[in-house]
Amino acid sequence: MKILVPIKRVPDPATTIRVLPDGSGIATDNVKWVINPFCEIAIEEALRIKEKQTGEVILLTVGQTTWQEQLRTGLAMGADRAILVKTDAALDQLAIARIIAKVAGDEKPDLVILGKQAIDDDSNQVGQIVAETLAWPQATFASKVEFAGDKCTVIREVDGGLETIAFKLPGLITTDLRLNEPRYASLPGIMKARKKELKEVAADSLGVDLAPKLKIKRLDAPPKRQAGRKVASVEELVQVLHTEAKAI
Amino acid sequence: MSDLLRDLDFFNLDDLLTAEERMARDSVKQFVRREVLPSVEKHFAGETFPKELIPQMAELGMFGANLKGYGCAGMNNVAYGLIMQELEAGDSGLRSFASVQSALSMYAIYANGTEEQKRRFLPEMAKGKLIGCFGLTEPDHGSDPGGMETRARKDGDGWILNGTKRWITNGSIADLAIVWAKVDEGITGFVVERGTPGFSARDIHGKFSMRASITSELILEDVRIPRTAHLPQARGLKAPLGCLTQARYGIAWGAIGAARSCYQCALDYTKSRKQFTRPLAGYQLVQAKLVEMLTEITKAQMVCLRLAHLKDQGKMRPEHVSFAKRNNVNEALEIARHARDMLGANGIVNEYPVIRHMLNLETVNTYEGTFDVHTLILGRDVTGESAFD
Repeated sequence: MKILVPIKRVPDPATTIRVLPDGSGIATDNVKWVINPFCEIAIEEALRIKEKQTGEVILLTVGQTTWQEQLRTGLAMGADRAILVKTDAALDQLAIARIIAKVAGDEKPDLVILGKQAIDDDSNQVGQIVAETLAWPQATFASKVEFAGDKCTVIREVDGGLETIAFKLPGLITTDLRLNEPRYASLPGIMKARKKELKEVAADSLGVDLAPKLKIKRLDAPPKRQAGRKVASVEELVQVLHTEAKAI
Repeated sequence: MSDLLRDLDFFNLDDLLTAEERMARDSVKQFVRREVLPSVEKHFAGETFPKELIPQMAELGMFGANLKGYGCAGMNNVAYGLIMQELEAGDSGLRSFASVQSALSMYAIYANGTEEQKRRFLPEMAKGKLIGCFGLTEPDHGSDPGGMETRARKDGDGWILNGTKRWITNGSIADLAIVWAKVDEGITGFVVERGTPGFSARDIHGKFSMRASITSELILEDVRIPRTAHLPQARGLKAPLGCLTQARYGIAWGAIGAARSCYQCALDYTKSRKQFTRPLAGYQLVQAKLVEMLTEITKAQMVCLRLAHLKDQGKMRPEHVSFAKRNNVNEALEIARHARDMLGANGIVNEYPVIRHMLNLETVNTYEGTFDVHTLILGRDVTGESAFD
């Protein structure tokens, strides 16, 4: 099976994020960049599918030259080749989705699998737009994926339970947290990744409309938590919840 | 408390690393975060080594990572050093395990073995299927390995070994021991396999340090081994010392990891704990300690990176390694003691990793050449006068 895995580079979840004073973005000095954890799960799932069957795992990302590093990490995990669609512009989700759909159109994979959302902007829509653009079936928030011939069965995590759906390939899957536990990039894998193909394509050469439809006006850090206070009795607690917090 | 394994890079040394080197470091860091930290205190308390991690460490390619061929990853020495740093940021015992497997046992065969020995042992050791240990130190000969009493004598087509080795990391869990012994021509090495009649290992208990690591005594009583167990290229004390140079190289890096974990812990703790009117980190005495720690860690990083580049260029001298091991471990121990102090009473409980690192580093300061022995090595180098005896 030929599998396309679009991935995103995000700040390391262990990094402390600081919003710039003017609210235009986050301070990127001393930020460590990693593969979005949901995308890592997508890479792992693609590798497992490939190991069970045969095929090819192709990574794709849209960003600056430095994003190569995350592609190399994915190649070190075991992906076969990678494509970097290069741009210095800050593209919105629609433009990213259009690029992914374009590459999918050219590469003709049987499956596109990607994270359900990125941990930086949490937008949760790229996968859905890609499927719609390609007019492919989509199974989002996958917690289990199985194949029988060209039929794919996906168990989805939905509010209050699980939903099982099936579709015929080609199709698109977005991954949830519990789908798998990604492997580490092994040291021999890192050495092998050196020789794998990493193709760069200029974003504006794809003939895709990249004009942003969405503008981030400003970012604000979460408000500082106020210190709580102690109450003397259950009665007072109920009273305060009723009169001040208006929770009951 | 935020991520205690986070990097400390005051001088942007990351810019001097290749993407592959950073990737190797980050992969091992992630392994330590997910697999080691959750259980390390339990192992330290119970005086057990986390054997369950061996297959994953092998899968990651950590064993013999800087050796070429024979199923080894073939990484450069910068990457190898960074791996040791991250392992020791978890626990010195874990790094010791990797050092003994890679730099002592595998390297002993790699540098002194026949092609047949290399093909037989190294791929299996890289896979973690065979665990090695390194028997040089004896109960009465630590800093003075040349005085060893273990003897090997020719017996027909093979050899007979007699002697005792002590303070042997991995001793009782090892499938094979590299045993150094005296023959008529001087010191040479042998591969003694587990189960060979007359060969046994007994664990040393009651340690207050390196508790998540196995330390044993090896007893050799008329152990008969075949001719093929002899490492033919091992001629003289320089053979085991060559292995020690490899291991000490990794220790110099590893100490940075332990020191870094202590620093990050002390930094977080003093920033969040308020005494009198403000966080502890707002007091001059605390800041002085933090700055001292930062300074020494950064200097140690610079020494190690330069050392790695020299090693990769084939220009590293054993004295360079003595410098780095002596300085970095000594400073790491000081940093751990400071951190212990800064955490106050919390510094003595295993809710924080500091006391564990501090206790471990007492061992690291002693083994693989004590601080004082490295001082003598460097003293001899700068003066031309040996002060060893």
